[in-house]
Amino acid sequence: MRMHRRTLLALAVFTGLTAPSMALAADDTIKIGLLATFEGPFTVLGEDSERGAMTAVAEMNGTVAGKKIEIVKGSSDASPDSAVRAARKLVEQDGVKVLVGPLSGDEGLAVKDYAKTQPNVTFINGTSAAQDTTLRDPAENFFRFSTDGAQWMAGLGTYAFKDKGYKKVATVAEDYSFPYTQVFGFMAEFCKAGGHVPSKSWVPIGNKDFSSVIAAIPEDVDAIYVALGGADAVNFLTQYQQGGGSAPLIGGSITVDQTVLTSKGKLRDVLKGTPSAGPTADTNDAPAWKTFVEAYKKQPGAFPSPSLFAHGYYVDMKATLLGLDQVGGDVSDGGKKLRDALSKLSFDTPTGKVSLDKNRNAIADIFLTEVTEGADGNLMNKLVKVVPQVNQTLGIPEDEFMKLGAVNRDNPSCP
Amino acid sequence: MSLTIATGTTPQQNWLERLGAGHIILAVALVLYPLVASDFFLTQIGGYSLVFGMLGLSLMLLAGYGGMVSLAQITVAGIAAYAIAILGNNNSNILGFGWPWWLAVPFAVLAAALASALIGWISVRTEGIYTIMITLAIATATYYFAQQNYAIFNGHSGYAGIRAPAFWGISWRDPRPFYYLCLGLAVLSYAAVLYGSRSTFGMTLQAIRDNPRRMRALGYHVTAHKVFAWALAGVIAGLAGVLLVWFNGRVSPGTIGVDAAIDVLIIAVIGGLRHPIGPFLGAVVVVLMQTFAIDIVGAERFNTLIGMVFLVIVFVSPDGILGLWGRIKPHLAQESLRPGP
Repeated sequence: MRMHRRTLLALAVFTGLTAPSMALAADDTIKIGLLATFEGPFTVLGEDSERGAMTAVAEMNGTVAGKKIEIVKGSSDASPDSAVRAARKLVEQDGVKVLVGPLSGDEGLAVKDYAKTQPNVTFINGTSAAQDTTLRDPAENFFRFSTDGAQWMAGLGTYAFKDKGYKKVATVAEDYSFPYTQVFGFMAEFCKAGGHVPSKSWVPIGNKDFSSVIAAIPEDVDAIYVALGGADAVNFLTQYQQGGGSAPLIGGSITVDQTVLTSKGKLRDVLKGTPSAGPTADTNDAPAWKTFVEAYKKQPGAFPSPSLFAHGYYVDMKATLLGLDQVGGDVSDGGKKLRDALSKLSFDTPTGKVSLDKNRNAIADIFLTEVTEGADGNLMNKLVKVVPQVNQTLGIPEDEFMKLGAVNRDNPSCP
Repeated sequence: MSLTIATGTTPQQNWLERLGAGHIILAVALVLYPLVASDFFLTQIGGYSLVFGMLGLSLMLLAGYGGMVSLAQITVAGIAAYAIAILGNNNSNILGFGWPWWLAVPFAVLAAALASALIGWISVRTEGIYTIMITLAIATATYYFAQQNYAIFNGHSGYAGIRAPAFWGISWRDPRPFYYLCLGLAVLSYAAVLYGSRSTFGMTLQAIRDNPRRMRALGYHVTAHKVFAWALAGVIAGLAGVLLVWFNGRVSPGTIGVDAAIDVLIIAVIGGLRHPIGPFLGAVVVVLMQTFAIDIVGAERFNTLIGMVFLVIVFVSPDGILGLWGRIKPHLAQESLRPGP
């Protein structure tokens, strides 16, 4: 029996080791949680989002209202469960009162639900862009200074129909809430202009073999609208090109993002000339954007131009810091003052003015772009047009917009 | 192991002695744990470890006593979790029959047990690596099916807004009640496996593990015994699945992905497959590592650190943490290396 007594004594000690080590923040520092995808299929995107957030922190010289900023990182793998688990750890164990994140659509929906159970913590979105994170059943303490996926598509549907002359478009997108939102944003305009979408393919995140999807794309479409992210986009485009596909592409916001454009190989030729829309444009001439790009490039491992994840996390982190600055870094009242400040906040970002609507979702400029090869050989998104101050209902009156119904795989439809 | 030998050979013990000092100390420590632990350590570490310990235990039952390594235990738990979401209430506007918990839970656990028995029935004709392959295939197929089926599983988003029940005036998702709920069910499962391993069925199962041909020649129905073991493992995994969905308040394909399936295997292997306490030890180590590794080495390389720690444990002791103890105490090592009674 001696062995067992000792085994279990050790066990008891071991359990004792796990006793609380509640980290107490010193008065002169302020803790901000940073939740992004540091693992799984969106790792590259998550790492760039961190660069964006850190650019905002560096801009403030690492202090806000005289307090040192301490960033506590949490990692998810783009699944809602992992995002909530990481958020719980940041809030309940590390004791952050302000949390910036998450990155991906369904994560945002899940973190919003979690936010409702933590009314004293202020949640500021990262880049998650599902519509219903803020549109339907929003959380009082969840703010989105980056716009949603439907807003990002502003102007693209009309451009594809009128300027490019595409009448029939097939869509290929990942099977979760963010691409639903993107397809919704594209089709809202494209269908209204008179276009048709005969085939919509939804593929799981992390899909490797796209042959069945490629085979299912109708022969007679004028273009393919692709809303895939990171490795998924590279895999699909490579296989489509190897399979002899030649239809022109229309890109979702993260499909022709720097995370994809920096990939090597023949893929580059396929991507050239692809129209897209999103919250950023690489060839934006605005001085504020150029300053931001220079600041971003100081971050280790930076891309030639910041991805929209770097941009989104930058904007949201910047808003967070501006809000904290206004309240003197004081969140001891459960963040009430901070949330009031954030609701009223309106500031100039590298991509124009950003303010919030009544659901705490951003109203901001959107950029219509086309992929071109820059002078240095890097692929870039060339700015075609700026769509100013797009709101969440895409300029449609709210009650009319709500009647369009919640985004999902089947809504909207115009075969 | 030695505990079972000790109690088995000296029947004239009173119940306290039969329980063993180790068990009593451990029980007291676990019951008093909420006094020192914060809410986070109660649920995210304590509760979560107990839930994954139960999952590991269901695998340990199959692998340790039956010689069948399954990668589908998280799938079985997932079936119970999805059943709770579908039979009870959720806010995803899909299904949600609104059954009370006392009706939904037995059905969910039953569904898990049946699913487990079915998986077992499919895989019992195989051995060793082929069992692993078949169960991995089932786990992967279920994951992708859940990911792409909208009528039952609601695709990638899965179900959200699932609430743990409140009865006897207690909300069972509050940290302390939830911890005790997990502890209660974990202890129940642990005791059941410990008792079951010494029962006639348990002995027969272990004999089948060691020599199925001889057992068949002696007139035992080998397949039936194995499938029944799968059903029992399914009950434990199903209970863990119910706790998991109450804990997360949501379930999605990510919950039952291949990563999670491998986590369960890691928990069982790290902990040790020789005694039912092993998976719980493994679960504590794995959960602690997965939660805090990011604080030690930062966001870029924390998965490498987790992998290294697991590698070191298995490298130093192929029998997991249980075996490690045996190695630290060489004069007892021989006893602990002997397989169960």
